[in-house]
Amino acid sequence: MPDEDRPKHVDQHAKPHEKSVAAEETAAVAAVDTAGGAISPSAVPATAQSGKLPGGPDTLLRKIFTGSGVVSVLAVLLALILGGLLIAATDERVATTSGYLFARPTDFLSAVWNAATRSYIALFQGSVFNPRGSGLAVQFAPLMETLTIATPLITAGLGVALAFRAGLFNIGAQGQIIMAGILAAWVGFALHLPLGLHLLLVLVAGIVGGALWGGLVGLLKARTGAHEVILTIMFNYIALYFLRYLLNTPAFQRPGESNPISPILDPTAVYPQIFGSQYRLHLGFILAIAATVLVWWLLNRSTVGFEFRAVGANPKAALTAGINVSRSTILVMAIAGALAGMSGVAQVAGTEKVLTDGVAATYGFDAITVALLGRSTPWGTFAAGLLFGAFRAGAVQMQIQTGTPIDIVLVVQSLIVLFIAAPPLVRAIFGLNPRRKKPAAAGKSQQAATTGGAA
Amino acid sequence: MSATATSPLPGRGSPGTAPETGKIQAASGKPVLWKTPVVLSALGIVAFVFFGLMGSGQTAKFGISTGGDFFQLPALEIPAMAGGIVLSVLMLGLAAYAVYLKTQNRPAPAWLTITFTVLFVAAFLIWVVGGARTPSISLAGLIAGSVTLAVPLVFGSLSGVLCERVGVVNIAIEGQLLGGAFTAAIVASITQSPFVGLLAAAVAGAAVSMVLAVFSIKYLVNQIIVGVVLNVLVSGVTGFLFSTVMQENKARFNSPPGLDIVEIPVLSGIPIIGPILFKQSVVGYLMYVAVIVVWVGLFKTKWGLRVRAVGEHPQAADTMGIKVNATRFWNVTLGGAIAGIGGSFFTLVAIDSFTKEISGGRGFIALAALIFGRWNPIGAFFAALLFGFADNLQSIVTIIGTPVPSQFMAMLPYLVTVLAVAGLVGRSRPPAASGIPYVKG
Repeated sequence: MPDEDRPKHVDQHAKPHEKSVAAEETAAVAAVDTAGGAISPSAVPATAQSGKLPGGPDTLLRKIFTGSGVVSVLAVLLALILGGLLIAATDERVATTSGYLFARPTDFLSAVWNAATRSYIALFQGSVFNPRGSGLAVQFAPLMETLTIATPLITAGLGVALAFRAGLFNIGAQGQIIMAGILAAWVGFALHLPLGLHLLLVLVAGIVGGALWGGLVGLLKARTGAHEVILTIMFNYIALYFLRYLLNTPAFQRPGESNPISPILDPTAVYPQIFGSQYRLHLGFILAIAATVLVWWLLNRSTVGFEFRAVGANPKAALTAGINVSRSTILVMAIAGALAGMSGVAQVAGTEKVLTDGVAATYGFDAITVALLGRSTPWGTFAAGLLFGAFRAGAVQMQIQTGTPIDIVLVVQSLIVLFIAAPPLVRAIFGLNPRRKKPAAAGKSQQAATTGGAA
Repeated sequence: MSATATSPLPGRGSPGTAPETGKIQAASGKPVLWKTPVVLSALGIVAFVFFGLMGSGQTAKFGISTGGDFFQLPALEIPAMAGGIVLSVLMLGLAAYAVYLKTQNRPAPAWLTITFTVLFVAAFLIWVVGGARTPSISLAGLIAGSVTLAVPLVFGSLSGVLCERVGVVNIAIEGQLLGGAFTAAIVASITQSPFVGLLAAAVAGAAVSMVLAVFSIKYLVNQIIVGVVLNVLVSGVTGFLFSTVMQENKARFNSPPGLDIVEIPVLSGIPIIGPILFKQSVVGYLMYVAVIVVWVGLFKTKWGLRVRAVGEHPQAADTMGIKVNATRFWNVTLGGAIAGIGGSFFTLVAIDSFTKEISGGRGFIALAALIFGRWNPIGAFFAALLFGFADNLQSIVTIIGTPVPSQFMAMLPYLVTVLAVAGLVGRSRPPAASGIPYVKG
């Protein structure tokens, strides 16, 4: 995971605070896991992400095992184990063997193992590689499906991640996808334009739709100070009901159809399929890669991105330094909305080719977990999007083959994020917590801050 | 982070010069903004044009008594257009008074906005019903139905109040409701006792809340993240168990005995008030009790003072010897238990079995109600009632056929909340330390 800006930043913080080991370790975790310190950034220095935990002996091995990369892997492992236990707990064979658990415990244990692994193998086969397929094309079909489903997750996840970096909680990807879907779909089926131009206009319409819906939240936040979490949640519902209303109007409802469904988009308005018509994978995936590069460049190489990160790290300091915080808030929400808008376009112009009230599915909410798992870095989000895309794609096969409900994916997904957000918990479970020196001086540096704050 | 103050003029209205509303806000020294008068005037004009001038010529009929009442009141009949004009003129009068107050540099008092809201809702109702194909609804049914729909919302928002007052943002209300609904269904089915189910729902809600508490207080994970993720987790776990356990053996695991409606004799016969207060399920009565207990607890007891201190200024509370994190932990747990009871309403009272996502986003409406009610149990109660009212009206207008698409009615609570948090209708301020983890220094 590329994270260029962190180490320097971390080291600056780490030195002056080295005495307050115990208190700071926990505080540091908070800083990282508020995704750029959205709530109270100034109070907590960010140290944890480097994996260099103050107080622990700095052996290479310990560094590797307490670093955030390993914590992420362990978190995924732990979530899979718990998910497996849940699968096993409802498995019939496990239930029967538990009847004679004490007589033959091996039966029970093997039943547990089988129940869990069978589901996970089906999950893998449904998402990456299916060895039973005839020919490579069929064998890799699941992977293509994974990439298709990952596409909207990645772009919406990038939107959420970008907002996180600027200290904003964008829970509103769902609504932004819907608004983008509405505009893009309308351009797609109501206008009839030549090849190329039509698709471009669909994409632009979607991006603009998402950007406006996101930017509106930014504007309200900047002007009135309303909390963006509440605003975005409410905006999600407003967008959903607006879509449901539109789908019952003659302008959007397919002629001769009583169900709320739009006409099919023109062939000139849909994304071309990358590897031919046998896979659903479409141009949107390439655009998602491009968006990832763009966000990386924006965050790490551009002035605007620097301002976003500065506002995210400490809005007051950013204001003092002459950054226009209001402008940054509006802009970052607009860009986040535009990215989510790309997901909306991927849905209507790529995967579904029509507009229904399920256009956003749960991609907007999944995007939050994707961004959190990706630790709000562009490529981390990309990888997390692929992983969750694989879960989604594989879950369908898993349900067909083993009868394990798709919902298990939600469980594993949310457990992963919970564990990743609490590295000390994961380290404690695997016994990797760094040994601490006696926190004798721990309180002193914090004490000043406390009394200062109270005065 | 409010960046632009529209008029940085400090309010110099001294308390002495304000005759009857002097004690409201004049002494606070905050500048009186144009926002409220302007918004009220705009809404008044909208009401005048749409509900008045463009109102229909029909007569809106509101039935007040139901067959079961022990005395009958005649139905209320209001000519739609005249009613709309009268009410909107009254609204414009209130708006003009707000403008006058502003010119005197005094803020609009609370009663003014509340009266305005009531008038607006009434005018809206007359307009909606007057424009319908069959311009007649039962007011008693409408209000009683609103209360029923509001029950889970009230419990949810009380959970939010308890959590936020102590400084923990509770986005997981949805998860707590869902967890409560699921557990109530499964436990009541197995034990064949709805009361055991009710208890189990409280435990389940508390369990969800404890995860929120542990992660946000012990591990200092951002509270909003934990909340969002918990909603997904509970949705996943209940969905998974529903598909594997409940659907395999519906008779054994998903057919909970319901909680019956308990009618209090005589009193339940009073028109309008009777069905609301004296014709409820156990959960419904518990709702009234919970609202009062939480309000008294928070604002009239030592415990409540401590809780609010922790939510407003944890350092100060800590200095005074209050255990900040323990208070937070137990309050959040208590909140979860209350939301869990609210969740049991779905499976024990409203519907007699559990289905996936049975809470259907009501946790988020509860969150909205809590904000709209300004972090106050009573306020949250009335906000939840208003949202229940909108929800109920939405299903009624689809039946009687009105000019307003039902989707817009469904959208209303969320729009109102956006207006509320954006400060267009009054100002809502969360507890100061809400969302900020406390690290003892």
